[in-house]
Amino acid sequence: MLWFSLLVLIPLAALVVKATGGGLGTFVDVLKGSETRDALWLTVKTSLVVTIVNVVVGTLIAWELVRDRPVAGVGDWVWGKVRVVVDLVIDVPFALPTIVAGLVLLGLYGPHSPIGLHWAPTTQRAILAAIAFVTLPFVVRSVQPVLEELDTDVEDAAASLGANRLTVLRRIVLPALVPAIFAGASMSFARGLSEYGSLVLLSSNSPHRTETVSVRLFSFIEQSDTRSASALATILLIVALLAIVVLDVVQRRVAARG
Amino acid sequence: MWYTFLRSILEERVQGMKRYRGTAPAIAITAALALAGCGGSAGKTLNIVGFSVMEQANQKVFDAFEKTDAGSGYTLQGSYGASGTQRDAVIGGQAADEVHLSLEPDVQKLVDAGKVAQDWKDNDTKGICTDSVVVFGVQSGNPKNITTWDDLLQPGVQIVTPDPGSSGSAKWNLLAAYGAYLQETGSASGAEADMKKFMANVVSWPDSGRDATTSFENGTGDVLLSYENEVILARQSGQDIDYVDPPTSLLIENPCAVTVGAPKAASDFLDFQKSAAGQKLYAETGFRPLPGVDVGSVTVEGANDPDNPFPTIEHLLTVDDDFGGWDAANEKYFDDTNGILTKLKADSAQ
Repeated sequence: MLWFSLLVLIPLAALVVKATGGGLGTFVDVLKGSETRDALWLTVKTSLVVTIVNVVVGTLIAWELVRDRPVAGVGDWVWGKVRVVVDLVIDVPFALPTIVAGLVLLGLYGPHSPIGLHWAPTTQRAILAAIAFVTLPFVVRSVQPVLEELDTDVEDAAASLGANRLTVLRRIVLPALVPAIFAGASMSFARGLSEYGSLVLLSSNSPHRTETVSVRLFSFIEQSDTRSASALATILLIVALLAIVVLDVVQRRVAARG
Repeated sequence: MWYTFLRSILEERVQGMKRYRGTAPAIAITAALALAGCGGSAGKTLNIVGFSVMEQANQKVFDAFEKTDAGSGYTLQGSYGASGTQRDAVIGGQAADEVHLSLEPDVQKLVDAGKVAQDWKDNDTKGICTDSVVVFGVQSGNPKNITTWDDLLQPGVQIVTPDPGSSGSAKWNLLAAYGAYLQETGSASGAEADMKKFMANVVSWPDSGRDATTSFENGTGDVLLSYENEVILARQSGQDIDYVDPPTSLLIENPCAVTVGAPKAASDFLDFQKSAAGQKLYAETGFRPLPGVDVGSVTVEGANDPDNPFPTIEHLLTVDDDFGGWDAANEKYFDDTNGILTKLKADSAQ
């Protein structure tokens, strides 16, 4: 608890104190700037979309890693190897310094794109791709261990009692996975909000179009406008908190219903 | 869950700050420590805090200074980052014997914070250590044949320049553009109309000069507004880009100052930077020698003509003569709410 306080609570408290030092006026001023508002909206919107994608794709990937054999006829040995490689590679987006991730993605989606996708740096799609890239592991990594622990006996029992695969999935498997999925989702969303490094090169920072809130924050800091910077950071913190609370409530509902 | 989320935010913040401190200084420090160890000298350290572009340029200057009488026994240690970030770090207590920043107002803030003496500009160069000019970086072979400021306004020309909000070098670039259009049109309204077209052609506003260069090297845009030395350095590092010295440009002047309480060696180093020997080393990495300093003949790899690396700019503007100094220019053009260029930029995307 002491470690937690030193590491997290004190800096957070300092941030909030600094931001509220200017009174409510600072928050209003910060949000009055339409450039900041657009940046905030773009970031929240993008993080939401990415989180939804991660929930679906991340769960599927976890499933593939633990359970499924995607292509019939592939030998156990081959699939075993593929699984090991994917399992290793899945963490790379998280482990890579984000500025390197940005450089890699700029190569892939930029003007010299080898696959013909000239998204970067002028489109919002490039930002979506970058955030999706760095947040991919969150859902996978939170769902995977739960899935590994999940006993197949219950599923077999359900199937022997006449439940089809879809029913088994819906009534037996998903309810067990829901807490993990939502935990991954909230991490993925929060990380999306704060993403900075990979966007530095990938986004053109055009005001109102491709400027994210973290970049806007950096501008405030560079201009020595620490008050606006802390106000904006606090707003970001509140959005993240809100999202986590909402996700938690939804998760409880879903779990209760299952 | 909470912990991971907060940790990721903190990590992100730290990474943002440290991004520029690459391995080069670490290697330099290790090498310097090794040298100090061999020599058996006490090895006093001079901390030099510079803006990011100075990192490569300073290597040779550090080495040369350590070999002079004034510098013997000292080991120079550099810290580099965005000018504003470095300024705040020094105000926050980072060890600094000399600062070398991108913009004069950044040093002025250090004066306000009591870190630098009031009279830091009372010398021959008015506190300036390095000079450069604003140039057009163009893609290899200059496919769009860009040579003048008017070419930048043509439909379909894509410009890359750093964000003036977060980067000092962007202010030089935008003032150069404004000054050029002011000269051509002869009126403020004409210059603003041209700047509007200019802003509409900007496809990317990276957060620093270095990131702008990286983005451009990766194919973004047709023109990169940059420091001459930054583009020359990129070419020295093997990047396949070209550049054009425009007919009208702005003299970029990077200030330097010793901090309050720094040892005499710090001002010796500052004098060395401004000396013919120091300026020659800077010239080799692309900086224009300070006026009145004769560096003799110097060959600059990466320049358009290595034997005549710094051709005279037809109309060379300065912030002091053409924009009334940085205080006035900052307020008039870059004020966060009412600056002419701030407003034009904010409107450009709508």
